[in-house]
Amino acid sequence: MSKLTPPLPRFLRPAPPRPGRRPAPGDNGTGPPGRRTGGKRKRGRVLRDGAAEGGTAAVGWLDERSGLSPFLRGFLFRKVPKGTDWFHTLGSATMFAFVSQAVTGVFLAMYYEPDPSRAYESASYITNEVFLGELVRGMHKWGATVMIVLVFLHMGRTFVFGAYKYPRELNWVIGVVLLILTLAMGFTGYLLPFDQRSFWATVVGVNINASGPLIGPYLAEFLRGGAEFGTTTLTRFYALHMLLIPGLIGALIGAHLYLVAKLGTTAPPWLKAEKKELSREEL
Amino acid sequence: MASDKNSKQKKSPYTSDRGIAGAFEGETVTRRGFMTGNALAVGGIATAAFGLPALGFALGPQLQDSTSDDWQDVGPEGDFNPQTYVPKVANIVAAAGEAGKTTVYLRRRDPKRDKRNEDLPYVAVSTRCAHLGCPVRYIQASERFVCPCHGGIYDFEGKVAGGPPVRPLDRFYTRVTDGRVEIGSRFSVNSELDRFSPRDPSNHLDGLWQYLYPKRPST
Repeated sequence: MSKLTPPLPRFLRPAPPRPGRRPAPGDNGTGPPGRRTGGKRKRGRVLRDGAAEGGTAAVGWLDERSGLSPFLRGFLFRKVPKGTDWFHTLGSATMFAFVSQAVTGVFLAMYYEPDPSRAYESASYITNEVFLGELVRGMHKWGATVMIVLVFLHMGRTFVFGAYKYPRELNWVIGVVLLILTLAMGFTGYLLPFDQRSFWATVVGVNINASGPLIGPYLAEFLRGGAEFGTTTLTRFYALHMLLIPGLIGALIGAHLYLVAKLGTTAPPWLKAEKKELSREEL
Repeated sequence: MASDKNSKQKKSPYTSDRGIAGAFEGETVTRRGFMTGNALAVGGIATAAFGLPALGFALGPQLQDSTSDDWQDVGPEGDFNPQTYVPKVANIVAAAGEAGKTTVYLRRRDPKRDKRNEDLPYVAVSTRCAHLGCPVRYIQASERFVCPCHGGIYDFEGKVAGGPPVRPLDRFYTRVTDGRVEIGSRFSVNSELDRFSPRDPSNHLDGLWQYLYPKRPST
């Protein structure tokens, strides 16, 4: 393989030359055999090799100009400790839930109107009139719960495995901020259907903020956008829910992933215990 | 390591001593340092130029006095009596449509019962629970205001009779114009029914607690 070949999955890589066939000129004996050199050749293989060659060329073109492949190789094909199992997929699952929320949220925003007199109407329009609207709104609604459940499972896994310990404390702190932001997403999103339940739940939620001494009332006022719960509250919650908090979550997920790739993941505690016992025996 | 230390010690703070071209006598700022400082300052000014107005925009409602001086007509004087409350609908937030309306319970002031707030001819009780803001309902049979959310109970005057609320129900200013009853802006009361500027639900107004929830610029 030439140096520039990116770490493509095996099925995308060009096949190595068959024994007794001359390599095609100019690919150092690593590329697929030229068409003219072959005798009988199955049509499928030709197509597959052609596609693989095209893919390699395209990825190679990008890689030569961006130098991404060393980064991606380190990021995607990094070594993981022995004993890595399904527990270690909870973080990715949480991120997938976030991506799903982001995508369904963008499409819901195409129909939703953050105006007190229109919010409820537009939300029921999404559910009752829009093609697949019920499904997309349902995914967003239930996905929110799924994401919060996954965040807590992921956090629990990290805690039980001791994966928050040195040198990963900073990643734990970032994770806690992400947890708080996720809960803030739940709080701000709950108002948006603007039915009786979401309205009064938000009134109560904002007033719980107001119960904090000294700064509480100001915090509540910031959330309401005024002394009374009104038009500005809904638009404020909408802006926080779809612009400010998702942006922060996206940025922090980036930092979280960078640290995961940089520091590596931890082996499960039972494997660590085994290792300790082994080393004791050897001594 | 040793050579590093030496070179640091040797480095003079004066540009002229370090053989930098065009150095002035006693000058300590290098061209690079000056340009770095300038770039940071210009960047900082540019960021503040949009950041501060945006922040002020978001926080503006908290600094403005948002109490309205509007008086709302809630009906003729004949609608009300001193014995029981009559529910009326009032606008709290004008632009918010249905969500901006609220029920207000009104009765004529009874001089025997109502010793405080003599200047108000009518008692207008807000339905906003002083616990966390749910809407309370008046039950005539027990002469109590009852909150559906967390079980707050208030007596006939709106004082706390049970449950989690921290102070009596808020009230509204009232006046009579040409035989019509009008309600004005909201005010909060402590357990003695002394008037305070409107506070959020859950904010105490008695004893030392009241100093933890001071008056805000917006109310």
